Amino acid sequence: MNLISQVGKYFMMLWIVFSKPEKFKVFWKRTFEEIQLIGINSLPIVALMSVFMGGVIALQTASNMDTPWLPEYTIGYITRSSTILEFSPTIISLILAGKVGSNVSSEIGMMRVTEQIDALEIMGVNSLTYLVLPKIMAAVFFFPVLIMFSMILSIFGGWISLLLADLSSTDSYIFGLRSFFKVSDITYALSKTVVFGFLIVSVSSFYGYYTRGGAIDVGKSSTQAVVSSSIAILLANFLITQMFLLK
Amino acid sequence: MIEVFNIEKSFGEHKVLDDVSAKFEKGKVNLIIGASGQGKSVLAKCIVGLHEVDKGRIMFDNRDFVNMPSYERRDLRKEIGMLFQGSALFDSMTVEQNIMFPLTMFSKMTKKEMLDRVNFCLEHVNLSGRNKLYPAECSGGMQKRIAIARAITMNPKYLFCDEPNSGLDPQTSILIDNLIKDITNEFNTTTIVITHDMNSVIEIGDNINFIYQGKNWWQGTSKEIVKTDNPEVGKFVFASEFMKNIRENLRAL
Repeated sequence: MNLISQVGKYFMMLWIVFSKPEKFKVFWKRTFEEIQLIGINSLPIVALMSVFMGGVIALQTASNMDTPWLPEYTIGYITRSSTILEFSPTIISLILAGKVGSNVSSEIGMMRVTEQIDALEIMGVNSLTYLVLPKIMAAVFFFPVLIMFSMILSIFGGWISLLLADLSSTDSYIFGLRSFFKVSDITYALSKTVVFGFLIVSVSSFYGYYTRGGAIDVGKSSTQAVVSSSIAILLANFLITQMFLLK
Repeated sequence: MIEVFNIEKSFGEHKVLDDVSAKFEKGKVNLIIGASGQGKSVLAKCIVGLHEVDKGRIMFDNRDFVNMPSYERRDLRKEIGMLFQGSALFDSMTVEQNIMFPLTMFSKMTKKEMLDRVNFCLEHVNLSGRNKLYPAECSGGMQKRIAIARAITMNPKYLFCDEPNSGLDPQTSILIDNLIKDITNEFNTTTIVITHDMNSVIEIGDNINFIYQGKNWWQGTSKEIVKTDNPEVGKFVFASEFMKNIRENLRAL
């Protein structure tokens, strides 16, 4: 019963979030600030994770290929497929749910408990549209850029690790990357990313906005935001995969 | 003028406001006083719409706030300035940006006009030249004054102050009280101050509402409150030895 009322409250919140902003000049300024905060500031962690995970995928694939029936280019093929289909969009989004989700929830939660949101409301500002909409826009538009960046670095990481371990040649790795390539895989991955970006920011904003109490409650909201947005990502991933790949 | 009629508000089973009616006059400092947990802040938050009332009417110069559509409420709120207990300054913005914020959102002023207005407001609260500081770099008293400056930026018709003296030393408290009184006189605002500071009650209270157990228990002026025979008001006002001595001196006169 509580879950149903929470879901209902979440959709009621979204209804208000997507109201017309009071001033578009302020709205665009805030959106660019959010792109910096939740997008560009996430580049280092995304880069680090992607290079190492790409390297590990390539090494694991190479070291588990015992049979001579599998050609060497399979390593490149599997690295590319794993990266594009699941690792970059899903795993990086789960990492971003931790980084961005906790940041968004605690920022809005602190504003709530220090009455800054009340101050916005008293001034006549729609606090949800002012605070949450620019964050959602930034995530929806910039997360796909982050994920493309992650895909490239992950494939690069795979190549570097294979070279260092001398497990495959550059030519066969590149041949594997180019084999059986489908543009729809990229469309699928980026579509997922848009949904995940939306879920991370909206769910985290929801927990932050409805925080009550003090610093401890802000911490609790932040934890709940990360857990709930991670679960939402996993559920959405399952549903989108059903829709795109098994249609 | 703000009038409230028969307001009731409960949180779950707990009734916080019970049939509260009051009149807050224009150009006067109207105080809501009472001990902690009696419903003062809830009453103020109901008046500005941060809490929805369960029953009753709230009239802002004959405009029914409770039954107003949300977009009209938002417009009316542009006429309200509020000083929060913790100042509620936006900590990511400088003093100048904080004060300029309502102008940025709702006015069509040029940057130069907005800056002039910010400097005018800062001058009023004796903080000229502190434009580029962040709230974290300011003392509690300064933060309160910045919040007052932000509250008056849009020339409000109604000014709400939630415990403006909490956490301040006596000198700064008097400074803030005088500032509220001066602004009320100068801008002719309907000012509502929630306080349990007896100095404020005596110094600036034109019209006092004593809230006790969620009811508007007593109404009067600062002169009347020190002479009242109401036992509950007496317990609150003369809680300290200092105030008890004042009462004895008054009786001796």
